[in-house]
Amino acid sequence: MREFAHLLERLAFTPQRNGKLRLLGRYFGATPDPERGLALAALTGDLKLRAVTSSMLRGLATARVDDQLFAASYDFVGDLAETIALIWPEPETPPNDPDLPLPMLVEELRSTGKAGLPALIASRLDALNPSERYAYLKLATGGLRVGVSARLARAALAEYGELPLTEIEEIWHGLTPPYLELFQWAEGGEKPVSAALAPFRPVMLSTATDLDALQSLDPADFAAEWKWDGIRVQAVSDQGTRRLYSRTGEDIGGAFPDLLDRLDFDGVIDGELLVRRGDLVGSFGDLQQRLNRKTVSKKLLASHPAGLRAYDLLLWGGRDLRQMPFESRRARLEAAIEGLDDRRIDASPLLPFDTWEDLAALRADPPDTVIEGIMLKRRDSAYLAGRIRGPWFKWKRDPMVIDAVLMYAQRGHGKRSGYYSDFTFGVWDGDELVPVGKAYFGFTDEELKDLDRFVRNNTVDRFGPVRAVAQKKVVEVAFEGLNRSARHKSGVAMRFPRISRIRDDKPAGEADRIETLRDMLPPELA
Amino acid sequence: MARGASPLIPKPEGLYCPSGDFFIDPVRPVDRALITHGHADHARAGHGAVMATRQTLDIMAIRYGADFTATRQEAGGETRVGDATVSFHPAGHVLGSAQISVKAAGQRVTVSGDYARVPNASCAAWEPVPCDIFVTEATFGLPVFRHPDPQTEMAKLLESVRAFPERAHLIGAYSLGKAQRVIMLLREAGWDAPIFIHGALQKLCDYHLAEGIPLGDLRPATTDKMKKAEFAGQIIIAPPSAFEATWAQRFPDPVIAFASGWMSVRARARQRGVELPLVISDHVDWPDLTRTITELDPAETWVTHGREDAVIRWCELQGRAAIPLHLAGYEDEAE
Repeated sequence: MREFAHLLERLAFTPQRNGKLRLLGRYFGATPDPERGLALAALTGDLKLRAVTSSMLRGLATARVDDQLFAASYDFVGDLAETIALIWPEPETPPNDPDLPLPMLVEELRSTGKAGLPALIASRLDALNPSERYAYLKLATGGLRVGVSARLARAALAEYGELPLTEIEEIWHGLTPPYLELFQWAEGGEKPVSAALAPFRPVMLSTATDLDALQSLDPADFAAEWKWDGIRVQAVSDQGTRRLYSRTGEDIGGAFPDLLDRLDFDGVIDGELLVRRGDLVGSFGDLQQRLNRKTVSKKLLASHPAGLRAYDLLLWGGRDLRQMPFESRRARLEAAIEGLDDRRIDASPLLPFDTWEDLAALRADPPDTVIEGIMLKRRDSAYLAGRIRGPWFKWKRDPMVIDAVLMYAQRGHGKRSGYYSDFTFGVWDGDELVPVGKAYFGFTDEELKDLDRFVRNNTVDRFGPVRAVAQKKVVEVAFEGLNRSARHKSGVAMRFPRISRIRDDKPAGEADRIETLRDMLPPELA
Repeated sequence: MARGASPLIPKPEGLYCPSGDFFIDPVRPVDRALITHGHADHARAGHGAVMATRQTLDIMAIRYGADFTATRQEAGGETRVGDATVSFHPAGHVLGSAQISVKAAGQRVTVSGDYARVPNASCAAWEPVPCDIFVTEATFGLPVFRHPDPQTEMAKLLESVRAFPERAHLIGAYSLGKAQRVIMLLREAGWDAPIFIHGALQKLCDYHLAEGIPLGDLRPATTDKMKKAEFAGQIIIAPPSAFEATWAQRFPDPVIAFASGWMSVRARARQRGVELPLVISDHVDWPDLTRTITELDPAETWVTHGREDAVIRWCELQGRAAIPLHLAGYEDEAE
């Protein structure tokens, strides 16, 4: 437990991705089975110790500490597990064998009935130090939130074992904690065979292109289709087991029971998850309403029905099609979709074109606002795992841009320490600036120095680590889309905002207004 | 309690003693001030007369210039001030820090100022001062604050230095007290190498050396003589504000550490962009604070700056009389 607690501690204060990968790799290398596998499951959210609730934990704490003192402490600390870890009274005599094995702690949490859990957890908290208590409580409640995503944890394992991440993701859902065979594979053993039904298959990804880059290619070699602005998914139905995976292999089907119900086939479809209302496609904002929900209300199912727009067919009727050329898979896809005869599952139409200029014209004037560009696929390309340059290209629509005024800045981490690199910017609402987004990339190193210097020389106020700056620096902000947002004062939220240019040529008064931004909202949100 | 007979009264300027016509740690200029210690929120320039320990007077002169007050008096033994009798006793907080004992209106009051009870090699140890009224700070007045042994924090730091030999370790520490404490802890932990310090620490470190605190080999971190890469594997101490300045850009991929009692709370550490939190405090934690009240066993406990409500609540649960003073102007960030 001590090592796991130490790992969580280090992860919490290591903002850089590479630093986290290194910490996790070192932990996997130094920790025996089954502890490392259980730790991995804790990080990927696959440990599933559901019986421990936050109200049970709060009850344990307030049985030992005055209610008011506990409430004041929780208010100050802001995290329940951390508050309890810090406030838990130390026993009179320190425990003599403090390093309790993680596997034992997990096993007893799993096997103890609900009535026995409070006494068990209390006795363990008595035997652990504060940092271990924190790790133990995080483990018990399942919601780790320690700054490591499931994907990052798997990527760390891939790096540790020098394994392809896509292959780990492919078999992940067939494996269970403590992942003994996975660690064996990472250390030179055989690749585990996944026996689970409806496994995830690694997704094929595209690289970016533009009109100049396309000139050296023959348009006749490529098929084109719209790039829909939903969520890329893999819909799998295998002998009655149905799954909906994100492109990183997360099972997101729980939030989309209406779509799972319709996967009435035996095969694997690659497509875009969209909100569908008859022939209309809902915006990305509509789709967001449906994400990350444990239960979906009837009302939401009716107002935001989910559908699938199919791009590709990987398996069908027990046959693996991935080695076939795209054209053959496409013909089978069209036949398969027709056979389903379901209005909520259709094939993304192919676009007719002879020259790249034809395609440029289509791209400039898409028929639907939920289109974010064009996909190009070599007609002879097999379906391959990962992002390979050549067979598939994405030619995204130009980003939206506005000119905004810098309002606040915060310092960065690691190699950016000492530099102001995280910026909040705003646009005019009447004669006041209203913040509309935050960006911490898009600029060059030279531009970063310029922005940093500006912040230092123009600070007008400080709030902890945040500096307010004089409202006179205009930056061009590029972004991929706009949603309505109740959380932002401006009422809108940008997707992927970045600072694309510094506009020292422009006085702040000529930066954009909130009305301009609202006009950029998709029509159904305007 | 009848206010007329009270030995001390909270006023906007600070805690006032009517019998002696003086303020303790006033936050605005007054005619006569008694100062517990040299931190800026307790010791301000511009008073008519100041009484403090010799070291606190020296520190105020270093910070504000020799003319920081019109007249000054060094504390020593029991001293009459008007109709009150005052004496100064070590507080264990920073060099020169004192608790002030006031005998007035028939009562003994101990004003703790800021205090700490764990050993601190950079100043004299706290002493109990019997009293009827104990005025305590409450900076870490919540039961979540239990400061670890500072040497376990040093072990964390030295482990990190070993793990990242290509990086510099930058420790944020306030220039009076915390910086010297960290240096002494490093020396105790066996770090004999030179320690690099920000220019803002120079004068106060020199003063500690002159007062016989063996800080060892200190070198300026702000120098043109060292290349960026030469700071790899080195420990540099600077006031936290320096991390916001371009100054921090001179070090190779620095690990940002911060020595403060607040570092036991993750959100606090993350807000500051700290990669290596070091829980090192110059204040009493919750167990020491409550233990002190129990041991002194005053008839009344007055609680000032910090988490007053929680300490008042604790006193209430113990059946102790306690009141919050609600004095404004003392910061708890600078810890």
